Amino acid sequence: MEASHNNSRNFATWFIVTAMLLLCFGILFGLLGALQYIIPGFLKNVLSFEKVRPLHVSSVVFWIIMSAMGAVLTYVQQYNNADIKYPRLLKLQFYIFIGTIICILISYFFAIFGGREYWEFHPIFAIPIASAWILFIFIFFKTQRSFTNQPVYVWMWLTGLVFFLFTFIESYLWVFPYFRNNVVNDMTIQWKSYGSMVGAWNMLIYGSSIFLMEKINGSKTYSYAKIAFALYFISLFNLMFNWGHHIYTLPTHNYVKHISYAVSMSELYIIGRIIWKWKSSLSDARKHYHILAFRFIMYADVWVFLNLVLAIMMSIPGINVYTHGTHITVAHTMGATIGINSMLLLAFAVDILWNKKEHRDAKFIHWGSIILNVSLFIFWISLILAGINKSIWQMQAKPEPYAIMMQSLRPYFLIFTLSGFTMIVGFLFIIYKILTSLKVSNTLTK
Amino acid sequence: MNDVSKYTLFTLFSVLFLSYSVFLYCKQPKGADSDYTRADHGKMVWQQYNCNACHQIYGQGGFLGPDLTNSYSKRGENYINAFLQSGTNIMPNFHLSDDERNALLRYLKSVDQSGSADPKTFTVYANGSIAQ
Repeated sequence: MEASHNNSRNFATWFIVTAMLLLCFGILFGLLGALQYIIPGFLKNVLSFEKVRPLHVSSVVFWIIMSAMGAVLTYVQQYNNADIKYPRLLKLQFYIFIGTIICILISYFFAIFGGREYWEFHPIFAIPIASAWILFIFIFFKTQRSFTNQPVYVWMWLTGLVFFLFTFIESYLWVFPYFRNNVVNDMTIQWKSYGSMVGAWNMLIYGSSIFLMEKINGSKTYSYAKIAFALYFISLFNLMFNWGHHIYTLPTHNYVKHISYAVSMSELYIIGRIIWKWKSSLSDARKHYHILAFRFIMYADVWVFLNLVLAIMMSIPGINVYTHGTHITVAHTMGATIGINSMLLLAFAVDILWNKKEHRDAKFIHWGSIILNVSLFIFWISLILAGINKSIWQMQAKPEPYAIMMQSLRPYFLIFTLSGFTMIVGFLFIIYKILTSLKVSNTLTK
Repeated sequence: MNDVSKYTLFTLFSVLFLSYSVFLYCKQPKGADSDYTRADHGKMVWQQYNCNACHQIYGQGGFLGPDLTNSYSKRGENYINAFLQSGTNIMPNFHLSDDERNALLRYLKSVDQSGSADPKTFTVYANGSIAQ
């Protein structure tokens, strides 16, 4: 019984190991994309940007999804102190994901695309992804046996699971001509689904981070507290209704924009709370700083603050008009996916995979995280500055040609490419040490 | 907060969300284009070659190339055709067939007629809202 218990728990960690390999692919394709910005025509006839961009985006999105799944599947077992109910289904879910991800990445090299903005692949691959997600939901429900008097993170996991499936299916409604019969209709539904989908995977990640924080603190008071549920319901409301800020400049229904504007402003409460609580956050940080996983949570907290300020500003339509379609949007995406999501996912990876006995490795990971965060900050600022310049350009009465404007942004692109490179070094430090410590501790083969 | 309140609130939010979703599916902001069937083929060509990776429509897309929402009225068919036929120093020549090029042009015409993506055309009000 104990052996099967360990096997099942350890198998969930394969999701995180695979995710880390996908992250390596993602950041390397990201670097390749950045080089195409500063060296026009670089690899144009071999691996042009319309292939590199989805290779980068899909690799990093799958890094987020796979490691979030791995964290949820591991933590739900730890929380219930029970094995996964159907280990064979768990393996099936994993292999469907892996097989589909490999096919998706290969398809880009052959110029087979879905052609949608942001996260795209041929719609045929959506079928196995959705099927594997249904298996994930089933496995979770069977493992999490009770649904009464549950802490906030169980609510967040359940919400993330269900809403991801809903929004993922919704993002493929375009395959029906009715939904794509006009570009405005099509983009309204597309950004409705994508906006909420990001909120759904954030529920999985933030839920897991609350679980991990309580594991570090050794206290379960927060996850049952009123404030935790108040913040959960604010996040849920935002997940459902604040997606309209992606399409303020689209000539869609005005009420979509008004609802989004009003709902987004509820995030001011979250930012106010962060400022109000900064002293106790600082004392928590001092208390737990020696715990490596905690340090990643701490970095994520800083990025939550920075990114939330940017997000709230971009949610004001009068400001969004200036930032939309500029690199400020990219800065926000990078801050959210690297600064918040990836820091938290690395915290889970350290907590779940890393062999904590090796002190020297801890230093290595620590320095990796410092390089990563400093580089990300420079990267983030360079994108914001490039965005401000592009914004000024697009507001000019008679703007210069696009190519001239892009040429003027070259210094910022150089900085983001260089800081992107050092960010990769930081990531690789961390990934290498986590994965090699795994080999030493032989965790996966026990 | 007890379980009943939590489940009630969750159900209420979910009902609101589903109603909002169904409402948006049924009451679309724009009717189908009269020219839609012809533009749809172009949209599929646009997606097939992943044009969005480099170009934007209404500010959504990659930034390597320009926003093409209103390129049809600003630049005209011949200008766009020239780019499609030979590529640029950054954009590869995709060797599109005549049929694909014509379909893409019809799609860009249809996008152009749907509205303006120029941020200069928006008025910003004191309460932070905008109008075009």
